[in-house]
Amino acid sequence: MSILGTRVVRTEDPRLLTAGGTYVDDLRLPELAGAARVTFVRSPVAHARITGMDTDAARQAPGVLAVLTVQDMDDLVPPPPPEPGSEVSEGAPLPLGGPWAEPLLAAGRVRYVGEPVAMVITDDSYQGEDAAELVSVDYELLPAVVGVGGALAAGTLLFEGTESNVPVTSGEAADDAIFDGCDAVVERTIVNQRLAPMPMEGRAAAARFADGRLTYWVSTQNAQITRFILAGVLGMDPSVIRVITPDVGGGFGAKVGVDRDAILVAWAARKTGRALRWVESRSENMVGMTHGRAQEQTIKIGGTADGRVLAYRLDVVQDTGAYPRMSGFLPFLTKLMAVGPYDIRSVQTRSRVVVTNTTPISAYRGAGRPEATAAIERAMDLFAAEIGMDPAEVRRKNLIAPDKFPYTTPTGATYDTGDYATALDKVLAAAGYGELRAEQARRRERGDVMQLGIGLASYVEITAADAAAGETARLTVAGDGTATVYTGSSAHGQGHHTAWAMLVESELGIPMANVTVIHGDTDLIPEGVGTYASRSLQLGGVAVHKAALDVKEQGRRVAADMFEAAEADLELDTERGTWQVRGDPAASRSWAEVATHAGADGLVAYVQYTGDAPTFPFGSHVAVAEVDTETGKARLIRHVTADDAGTVVSPVLAEGQRHGGIAQGVAQALLEEMIYDADGNPLTATLADYAAITAAELPSFELVQSETPTTINPLGVKGIGEAGTIGATPAVQNAVIDAVSHLGIRHIDMPTTPARVWAAISEATSDLEDQ
Amino acid sequence: MKVSVTVNGSEVAAEVPDRTLLVHFLRDVANLTATNVGCDSTSCGACTVLLDGKSVKSCTVLAAQADGSEVITVEGLADGSGEMHPVQAAFRAEHGLQCGFCTPGMVMAAVSLLAENPSPTEEEVRTALEGNLCRCTGYHNIVRAVLAAAPAASERRVG
Repeated sequence: MSILGTRVVRTEDPRLLTAGGTYVDDLRLPELAGAARVTFVRSPVAHARITGMDTDAARQAPGVLAVLTVQDMDDLVPPPPPEPGSEVSEGAPLPLGGPWAEPLLAAGRVRYVGEPVAMVITDDSYQGEDAAELVSVDYELLPAVVGVGGALAAGTLLFEGTESNVPVTSGEAADDAIFDGCDAVVERTIVNQRLAPMPMEGRAAAARFADGRLTYWVSTQNAQITRFILAGVLGMDPSVIRVITPDVGGGFGAKVGVDRDAILVAWAARKTGRALRWVESRSENMVGMTHGRAQEQTIKIGGTADGRVLAYRLDVVQDTGAYPRMSGFLPFLTKLMAVGPYDIRSVQTRSRVVVTNTTPISAYRGAGRPEATAAIERAMDLFAAEIGMDPAEVRRKNLIAPDKFPYTTPTGATYDTGDYATALDKVLAAAGYGELRAEQARRRERGDVMQLGIGLASYVEITAADAAAGETARLTVAGDGTATVYTGSSAHGQGHHTAWAMLVESELGIPMANVTVIHGDTDLIPEGVGTYASRSLQLGGVAVHKAALDVKEQGRRVAADMFEAAEADLELDTERGTWQVRGDPAASRSWAEVATHAGADGLVAYVQYTGDAPTFPFGSHVAVAEVDTETGKARLIRHVTADDAGTVVSPVLAEGQRHGGIAQGVAQALLEEMIYDADGNPLTATLADYAAITAAELPSFELVQSETPTTINPLGVKGIGEAGTIGATPAVQNAVIDAVSHLGIRHIDMPTTPARVWAAISEATSDLEDQ
Repeated sequence: MKVSVTVNGSEVAAEVPDRTLLVHFLRDVANLTATNVGCDSTSCGACTVLLDGKSVKSCTVLAAQADGSEVITVEGLADGSGEMHPVQAAFRAEHGLQCGFCTPGMVMAAVSLLAENPSPTEEEVRTALEGNLCRCTGYHNIVRAVLAAAPAASERRVG
């Protein structure tokens, strides 16, 4: 029996549980012995001109080795001016250049609280914090642009040489003709609030420049992309840069590539000739690491009185923070996935990206897709309420039928496989939907203080959107019979090492215990892409699978030679991991013998796999919330999900991904928000202020299994990393609103905090009293 | 000042600046790097260790305050033969960790919880772990691991 699909515990865990991981701050390598500490001086103001800087006091402070400012950056070649017509395309997740370009250290102007202004290099980190306080910067304040409204008003422009704060606009102008013939039409502007990704390990990097070579350890999701970026910025050949990712304490999209702060660590190591290490504090992380979400969405939905949705419009304004690091990519994905799992005839989408004096926005678990799902799932509930129909019924009436796949949406996405109604029916049954509605009715009838809400979300998402970028795998089998996988994919908690070993054992019969997985070292793995967009298994995993097939065919040839038999007569016993002539298991050859016979290098396969197309996982979530109508406090009491990501290779890992995603979705719906005041000061810049979700605010989750294999790749797998946030966020928000919908409440923005819910209840009940 | 702490059964003594935090004493002086720093406001619990048998956030204890005390970190939990503590074993069996960064602190908080309450309910586990943040697992399998470890952990004394 294949090991795939079985409940295997992780190979990573014994080390992490007994000795702890080795994150950047834990590295005790000889190359980093005596490494000095980098501490950043960051802007305390949102928008200002820098009119002067005095570093003398800092330079004289104990332990200070250097203070570096933009004046010291004389060894970097500025990037060439963009060629005419070479604007970054809307769908590419790359920074906008030209007038919108982001410097490494602030040059004359700061545009958000937390922007790096200077670097202090000291013997130890305590000295660094002291000395950074002594750097005196003169700021001539400029009006801060905060929020979508402020950016569009354009009273203040962030960038010279521009005419607005809107670097990217794309899509169709509104045309209400699509709503002609609708019995009911609802329109609403909703907020998908700004979040802090907040991996438990913040950003960190260490660098050593010696003998013309840069060695760089960094907490990233992509060693090879990091090397590419460093080579470009530092003007070095990639071959003299080695990027190593030690253990990485979570990423969630915010560690894709490498940030300006971390690049500066590499630059400073070359500049000073010292080995350097930078490990940001949490307070730095909350303003220095990119944030996610931050969209204002205007949704308009219309359909027939019997529940058929005919038309939908989504108009997105993406707050991208101070610098457009992702161009128009996030709202591009939001628009691509606008219709979700529904068969809607007429769809219009538009997006505008605006810059504001806040921390830049980038990917956060789902990256544009949770925003799309939140919009359409709120719209479906608003429409259901408008026509007085059960939200489950409205969804069922509009889900794309199973016989329509592959299905191309009006926005141009081609969904590969799906059975959306079955996923919905499964969660409704598992949740006991009918009984929940009956209990809700009883509580409403009694006028209970604690009201019950049931929230639904059906979703489809896109994973491995950049399938064509592919992934690499090198697989070797050595003379001792052990296998080593070198993967271009990158692990930061997902369990790659376990899953890749399972794939090798399944195909070759080499036990997992004899399979070593190596990732994140560009000297060993020069080519690779890394981890984001739920791409690892369907690209990196398939690459490993194909490498195993290649090794198997090599093994067959070698074994045929050993047995002096025809290749076609050879068979591999994957239970024992041995080769034999068909029908003669007594005379068998082990992988060790075969690899030894193959030569000094053993067996080696290298695969650069490119996917044919993205895949589209789907599912449905049911959230059950209780709302205290006297305090406005909402509490999630149950969460039931069916998340279908095709064939499941490791149920343990897949469930773990779903759990984590659900929690982050619940966090957005109920608790978390990065808040700025009108002057651009972050009000939630520590974990004492940012409402990161805890165990006490969550129930255990109820997971329903659903596996609809894709035909896009030979493993039949889709991505599972982001499904939880995508489905859970609107389900929980809908549940909270549903709990108070009998009061006439149709919408409450996220996070549905007690204050917001209480205000909505009090407004609704005073409206009732006025009538 | 001179600080002497018994860490995982071995005495560690050093001259350190007065303001040295216990977590940095453990990481930089005792060279035990499993205990992580995840925030700067005593919120996340990644740095949780046992100080004289009780869990503390070692980012909010001065090394000087631990002078003469006994500290247990996750590196000191396995028994002499290297066999994992029941809480560690349960975290593995139940997939209670992903990236591993919160794990040492989470495990120590769970050990402390089970010492105080040998057979907690799910709600008691959730409330007791409120001061330990995890961003990967959604806490689901952490809670299951703590509940699963309870019977064996209550028979095992630490330190």
